[in-house]
Amino acid sequence: MTMQIADTVSLQASDAKARAHAAAARDNLRTEPRAVRIAIITLAIMFLTVFVVLPLVVVFAQAFSRGILAYLAALAEPEAMAAIKLTLIVAAISVGLNLVFGLVAAWAIAKFEFRGKTFLITLIDLPFSVSPVISGLVFVLLFGAQGYFGNWLRDHDIQILFAVPGIALATTFVTFPFVARALIPLMQEQGTQEEEAAISLGASGLQTFFRVTLPNIKWGVLYGVLLCNARAMGEFGAVSVVSGHIRGETNTMPLLVEILYNEYQFVAAFAIASLLAMLALITLIAKTVLERHLDEGEDASDH
Amino acid sequence: MTIEVRNLVKKFGSFAALDGVDLKVDNGELLALLGPSGSGKTTLLRIIAGLDWPDSGEVSFNGEDALAQGARERHVGFVFQHYALFRHMTVFENVAFGLRVQPRAVRKDEATIRARVKELLDLVQLDWLADRYPSQLSGGQRQRIALARALAIEPRILLLDEPFGALDAKVRKELRRWLRSLHHEINVTSIFVTHDQEEALEVANRVVVMDKGRIEQIGSPDDVYETPATAFVHGFIGESIELPVQVDGGVIRLGDRPLQLTAEGLVPGASKLFVRRHDMLVGPPGTGAFEGAVQHVRNFGPVQRAEVALSGGETIEIDAPRDKELRAGDTIGLNPRRYRIFAG
Repeated sequence: MTMQIADTVSLQASDAKARAHAAAARDNLRTEPRAVRIAIITLAIMFLTVFVVLPLVVVFAQAFSRGILAYLAALAEPEAMAAIKLTLIVAAISVGLNLVFGLVAAWAIAKFEFRGKTFLITLIDLPFSVSPVISGLVFVLLFGAQGYFGNWLRDHDIQILFAVPGIALATTFVTFPFVARALIPLMQEQGTQEEEAAISLGASGLQTFFRVTLPNIKWGVLYGVLLCNARAMGEFGAVSVVSGHIRGETNTMPLLVEILYNEYQFVAAFAIASLLAMLALITLIAKTVLERHLDEGEDASDH
Repeated sequence: MTIEVRNLVKKFGSFAALDGVDLKVDNGELLALLGPSGSGKTTLLRIIAGLDWPDSGEVSFNGEDALAQGARERHVGFVFQHYALFRHMTVFENVAFGLRVQPRAVRKDEATIRARVKELLDLVQLDWLADRYPSQLSGGQRQRIALARALAIEPRILLLDEPFGALDAKVRKELRRWLRSLHHEINVTSIFVTHDQEEALEVANRVVVMDKGRIEQIGSPDDVYETPATAFVHGFIGESIELPVQVDGGVIRLGDRPLQLTAEGLVPGASKLFVRRHDMLVGPPGTGAFEGAVQHVRNFGPVQRAEVALSGGETIEIDAPRDKELRAGDTIGLNPRRYRIFAG
């Protein structure tokens, strides 16, 4: 009897050991060894530190290297103020235009079947695949003094190149895909049934759009606008080609940063750069929040 | 409201979704469009609703040309298979939608709208869900809300596209009965599309059986079950045994064996013999039109389903009452109580 109990106990003990062993073995099967995991994570963190965190820190450190007063003074320079103002105007124009274009394009692609749809989708992506410098040059070719419309524009005294319209056009072109790209998959997934339901309930086209379609895609719209805005304010290449770099007039913030840097005005250059960096940080945070909303929207529609 | 459809044709590319459809729906009817997928039933429904347009043909409501109106003007309640509730609106606002988008001149005031929505939610017995969002409801609840929303505009016609298609079997059965009593209560001309014969036969006053863009038969549930007009209808509705036979000289042959069945009035040539599974009566070997060996037997409640290999080589399934147990290996005679033969 005692023997039996002892046996059972030792059996249980060895059982437990065997089970623990099996569990450890299973863990090893399921995931990489500890050392490998730590190594990979460390590598990732180091990479991020060197390529992302360090540059950010440097931007702010340089901007504030002569103290906060010098920083504020650099931002208060008329040239800096003009660049900030121009950047905001250009961003407002191009985001506004792309919001409308993007909505229309996404609507057409997601809700209707027509010939050449694939071609249109490819076309929408074009600005992403073309170098921004080329995008800028296209507008020089079109509206420059030697360009296709150059003479006509000069005769009618319309200034596009080296002025706000040119910068806005180039920026709009470069940032065109953002809103459309954010909306097309969303609208395709949602389909047309809710719109059909709205129309059969007596809603007009506009009522359907504002009461059904738009509320369903509002987070996607915000997401597209956010990314579009970030790119519009930060665009360098295309704008650089069409701007003409007229000080206090056609320099956007990124262009001014380069000019100031080349003139060894490091505090001023990094002060403006710090604004762009902050824009990037705010964009990132807002993007995270919006992505959560978009995911929730998907869950809600998941029936 | 009566609906009349004349010679409707609708093609998607080279595929004819509707290939010359004629249909008359009487006032207050509850009609089922029954057919396999791709038979054109949903296309027909969507054309009546104004969500699709035919290539040719006519649709009229009470003798008025309906194709001259868009979906918005037709005043048709449409219930979608996947509900299509507005996901960002509460149940209450979903039901109120049709009332809120009315032109200002005829729009009711807020109190009237609220009362009407309350009334509709009571009708579908879901007034306690008014403040929920569609994603918080079960499938059956969503479909009832979709129905309440469609009824809010006091539609002249109610169209339901596979209304119970996305629901599980138990909820489906409940809702079927509920839809029938609801129709009895509101008595609006209704058409629903289904691929489920049981649903069509149980709910509808009249059943329209469709296949490949054409109407195969229109009749009462009893008609389409008891006297199928075509081979397709016989095969599609109810469980049927289908055997290829040859009719010539007043004799029906299965393979080379003549069957003891009357061939009176039949067109000579290759034909199809249809027998309901439960219409095959089992007898001792040597009696009846067929003879065969039982292969398997399974019991389904009151019936036993036996797989029988006929002496000609064909295998059929029959449903026999359980008063006389069949066993694998038995040789039996089979005699069809009722059968139908279609040429072709």
